Amino acid sequence: MASEFFHRKVERNTIGFVLAIIGVASIGGIVEIAPLFTIHETVEEAPDMRLYTPLELAGRNIYIREGCYACHSQMIRTLRDEVERYGPYSLAVESKYDHPMLWGSKRTGPDLARIGDKYSDAWHVRHLIDPREVVPESIMPKYGWLARTELRTADLGEHLAAQRAVGVPYTPEMIENATADAYAQATPDSAGAGGVTERYGDATQMRVFDGDAARVTEMDALVAYLQILGRLTEAAYGEQPTAATE
Amino acid sequence: MVSQLTVSERQFALVILGLLAMCGLAMAAGGRGDPMGAQGFVVLIYAVGFAFVVMAGLYAPEPDDSRLSRYYDDPTKVGIVLTMIWAVIGMGFGVWVASLLAWPNLTFDAAWASFGRLRPVHTSGVIFGFGGNALIATSFHVLQRTSRARLADQFSPWFVLIGYNLFCVVAASGYLLGVTQSKEYAEPEWYADIWLVIVWVVYFLLYIRTLMRRQEPHIYVANWYYMAFILVVAVLHIVNNLAMPVSLSHAKSYSLFSGVQDAMTQWWYGHNAVAFFLTAGFLGMMYYYMPKRAGRPIFSYRLSIISFWGITFLYMWAGSHHLHYTALPHWVQTLGMTFSVMLLVPSWASAGNALATLNGAWHKVRDDATLRFMMVAAVFYGLSTFEGSFMAIRPVNSLSHYTDWTVGHVHAGALGWVAMITFGSIYALVPWMWKRQAMYSPKLVEVHFWLALAGTIVYVFAMWNSGIIQGLMWRTYNDGGTLAYSFIDSLVAMHPYYIARAFGGLLFLAGAIVGSINVWMTIRASRLEAAAGADADLPARPAGAVVAGE
Repeated sequence: MASEFFHRKVERNTIGFVLAIIGVASIGGIVEIAPLFTIHETVEEAPDMRLYTPLELAGRNIYIREGCYACHSQMIRTLRDEVERYGPYSLAVESKYDHPMLWGSKRTGPDLARIGDKYSDAWHVRHLIDPREVVPESIMPKYGWLARTELRTADLGEHLAAQRAVGVPYTPEMIENATADAYAQATPDSAGAGGVTERYGDATQMRVFDGDAARVTEMDALVAYLQILGRLTEAAYGEQPTAATE
Repeated sequence: MVSQLTVSERQFALVILGLLAMCGLAMAAGGRGDPMGAQGFVVLIYAVGFAFVVMAGLYAPEPDDSRLSRYYDDPTKVGIVLTMIWAVIGMGFGVWVASLLAWPNLTFDAAWASFGRLRPVHTSGVIFGFGGNALIATSFHVLQRTSRARLADQFSPWFVLIGYNLFCVVAASGYLLGVTQSKEYAEPEWYADIWLVIVWVVYFLLYIRTLMRRQEPHIYVANWYYMAFILVVAVLHIVNNLAMPVSLSHAKSYSLFSGVQDAMTQWWYGHNAVAFFLTAGFLGMMYYYMPKRAGRPIFSYRLSIISFWGITFLYMWAGSHHLHYTALPHWVQTLGMTFSVMLLVPSWASAGNALATLNGAWHKVRDDATLRFMMVAAVFYGLSTFEGSFMAIRPVNSLSHYTDWTVGHVHAGALGWVAMITFGSIYALVPWMWKRQAMYSPKLVEVHFWLALAGTIVYVFAMWNSGIIQGLMWRTYNDGGTLAYSFIDSLVAMHPYYIARAFGGLLFLAGAIVGSINVWMTIRASRLEAAAGADADLPARPAGAVVAGE
């Protein structure tokens, strides 16, 4: 066959073969990924979309550090049972500032895309310290040390600056005040509290998340993050069509 | 091993290890108060440890030039040993994390011992530690034999092997410290990623230089696959890991991509890590070791061409089937589904080509557990590629996604295909490398085979059951039109399957341990014989020191 003869030529040429592999393998990625950056409808508009506060971002980093994403998704699919179980299906815009995204691939535990405001701070703290105390059948690990570990806040400005470098619109003022804002959000009676709402919006949750006002712990940060999940924008809470589960 | 390097190669190795140690020191000093510091110490200890090894052999006499007329197999030998060590580590962690799901209180109140930090040690341990070392070790062997040329130089293969294992060690120790990018199967942070790129470039150049020295007009099929593995993994790794470090003294970085673009990039990477790390490279292995062991030529050259280019082209489109019904645009999901189904053609062409190669050698498959490992691997390759195409179909995926079915599918491929073809190839390769007639104990190969097969079947059936039950419970409605089960109901239903899965994994691990002992005893027998030959004119040694063997 002619094509077979052609291939016999190709496979005698090392560099030619290398280039052929790269060429053939590149097409799929280019066709599927590049347009996602250019087609405008890929990500919806959400003018009310707000940024993670430094405390919430620190909490998100703890969520990543502990590998929570291995068992909890943050992506509600457009299926009726998922919408009824977890809430409105996830929109692209909701993870627009998520570097990286935490959509997940496995639900050993339930989806967390809309866990924010569903349970009290105290419930989350107790559940993270000993999941089986509140949900006897749970198989989640215990995260007691989070409540005992002081949150590292000194370098949060650098974190915000790096986020800005990859496209999240943190202002220089936010970057400069990051450490103070993290403290103030978990210590709402402190002097800096006004600055947090000024920079991040009035809807910002200002609370002693871990129940211990004396210090800011990793528990404060993680609970603050969990409580904001699904609440960065109201965009998803309008009318939604769903695909039937069949 | 060091004595086979020239004196200038030994000195160069010391310079490189010195530079590496300085990098480690800089990371340790600059990263105080950050996990980066501890990672620096890991690099430092690793570099100093190997520097001692090189220094111990620094003043050995120069090797003679006759070595250049032989193949250079020392890196392959070390690679085989590392493969077996990582198999036990990676699978051991697998059994551990599987047990945590059945008995969650097994975790102590320690950060490093929680499921989320141990899981990537398992996944990276088996994929990169076990799989990667097996690919590197066998690729050096296959490349030389099919090119009838010695490796282009003696230094680069060691740089690739030792450097690659540094990446694995830094990654695994980092996970325990909480260092992760959270990108599945691309968890290592920016500094480890940069190091891997350096190692990979050297690997690629070594491969190409050796191929160009080949004494055969054609590049053999196995090398097509190894080349695709090296090249495409490089592209995937670099693009998916583009990130902005918080600072040079922070282990943490932020991905360049976010949200939907990040999800697509990640699963373009993730699915093609399966394609080009766990499939292409291991097909290379299969195309060499299976016909060699069976004593039969590859069934069809034309099928080889079709399946190679089919896999190289089609796989790269398939990643979006990981994102059905999500916020990823519908057209990308549809493309991913379509190409996933088409992918069945080249996948079955490969599996069929492999099985047809065994025609005329089925009596050997019956008698020889090594060849049976390879045959079963080809069967599982066919099964799991069919299952993969099936699960990529959107409505099927609505049930299977997020459940243990996915985990079962991955392990049908990882245990049944990747690990089986690797063990088969290693059992063929070890006697060749250490100049033995056969493995230390063919019986133990047989034991390993049945442990591995039983473990795989128990594991996969447990996960099929749990996954489908889970998926069905999540979508079952009462007559009243409300969801019938709470999430926790589905979790309780998983418990027996989680125990069964841990048991299946334990069987597979036991097989890997048996295999490691067998490999070690074969090496030992070879050494004892060499020692006995050298000491021939000395008084006899005590009887116990001589090991029964071939």
